Amino acid sequence: MDFQALWLTLKLATITTLVLLVVATPLACWLLLSRARWKPMIEALAGLPLLLPPTVLGFYLLVLLGPRTAFGRSYEALSGHQLTFSFTGLVIGSVLYSLPFALQPMTSGFAAIDRAVLDAAVLLGAGPIRLLLHILLPLARRSVLASAVLAFTHTVGEFGVVLMIGGDIPGSTRTLSISIFDQVQEFAYAQANRTALVLLVFSFAALLLLYWRPGATNV
Amino acid sequence: MSDQSKIANGHQPFLTTRLESRLGSFSLNANFSLWAPWTVLFGPSGAGKTSVLRLLAGLLRPDRGSVSFRDRTLVDTAQGVFVPPGLRSIGFVTQQPALFQHMDVAENVAFGLRKLPLVERHRRIEAMLHLLHADSLANRRPAQLSGGEQQRVALARALAPEPGMVLLDEPFSALDAMSKERILPRLAGWLQERKIPAFYVSHDLAEAFQTAAEVIVMREGQVVAQGPADEVLVAERASLLRYLRASTST
Repeated sequence: MDFQALWLTLKLATITTLVLLVVATPLACWLLLSRARWKPMIEALAGLPLLLPPTVLGFYLLVLLGPRTAFGRSYEALSGHQLTFSFTGLVIGSVLYSLPFALQPMTSGFAAIDRAVLDAAVLLGAGPIRLLLHILLPLARRSVLASAVLAFTHTVGEFGVVLMIGGDIPGSTRTLSISIFDQVQEFAYAQANRTALVLLVFSFAALLLLYWRPGATNV
Repeated sequence: MSDQSKIANGHQPFLTTRLESRLGSFSLNANFSLWAPWTVLFGPSGAGKTSVLRLLAGLLRPDRGSVSFRDRTLVDTAQGVFVPPGLRSIGFVTQQPALFQHMDVAENVAFGLRKLPLVERHRRIEAMLHLLHADSLANRRPAQLSGGEQQRVALARALAPEPGMVLLDEPFSALDAMSKERILPRLAGWLQERKIPAFYVSHDLAEAFQTAAEVIVMREGQVVAQGPADEVLVAERASLLRYLRASTST
């Protein structure tokens, strides 16, 4: 078991989930309330990673974050190191790749709230922030939990994007999925099996947390 | 009395609206002024009454037109003016209570009172719940209330900030006749004390006569008459009386 890869994976998934909750929550609120004509464009862009092959997204990010672009060069000049093949680059890639998994449950949860309830809050003077914090988030808390769980587990299972922009650097960009790939390449099937089992149990536990409703019984 | 003669006699409308809106295949033309402290918007289902209230509250944007309330322009499409709903000082209660399910009754009523000092806020909550016979419900969740209780709490919540005007879209539809008879005069008195005018939607003729100082009649998206109930609802009353006589004689 590659504990370094396990630690890195958990760190990446935690940071990605936190960033995604901060980004996806106001974005989902905006998608619910906005009447902008270009709203479908934002929806399509945010949902693109669902359909795009991870290697395609990884390739574009590799180019965009690398020294070929002004952005990549500026970052390197300011920070002294490249974004590509670094943990920070991995976080950026993961956030973009997992965005639809955090956004979709939240937008569905917000949209399921009765419009009359939102109207009542708005008529009583609630602005977008109060509406989000006092009405949308409490009423759609299960959807927010679903967003967090899906973003976290999806990041844990990432392979294509991580490999493209991060490579396979132990302690810096080698996550558990890449570790399994390496173990299979080396015919270390027993090790690969242990790592895969950890991911399997983890994913099952995450989904159980999502579907578990204490006190609910089937009739 | 026409609008011109009212103005000539020194009266001023507190609300003037000239609105045009196309909602799907339905065309709405709402041109009227409000003068009376209690005005009933009367008309059959589908006449556009609820849409008029939603336009006044700011929940719908008109295609063209203007709304001015007291000395303030709330909407003027030509000038690009549109005051958002929460800044209009207009309370709105509909048939659907739309209470916040994750808050108790007192928290629901407190929602629009954020700017009041804490002591005043508590006093206001108590007063509103007392007005609507809902004192005992303060700590209950909306899911634990009956339909009628929910409507009373929704009224308390909308009135608590003491808005400049209230729009009431059949807010008593879930109340039994006795509760309605008990609450309506208290509510009317409370509004009168604070000089808060009410614009009340109804398609119940008896209710229009019972409560109205002034009636606006709408049909197919147009205002067709405005005046005292016993003037503008003569035909409807005669028709209802004929129906009642025919029913009692058989």
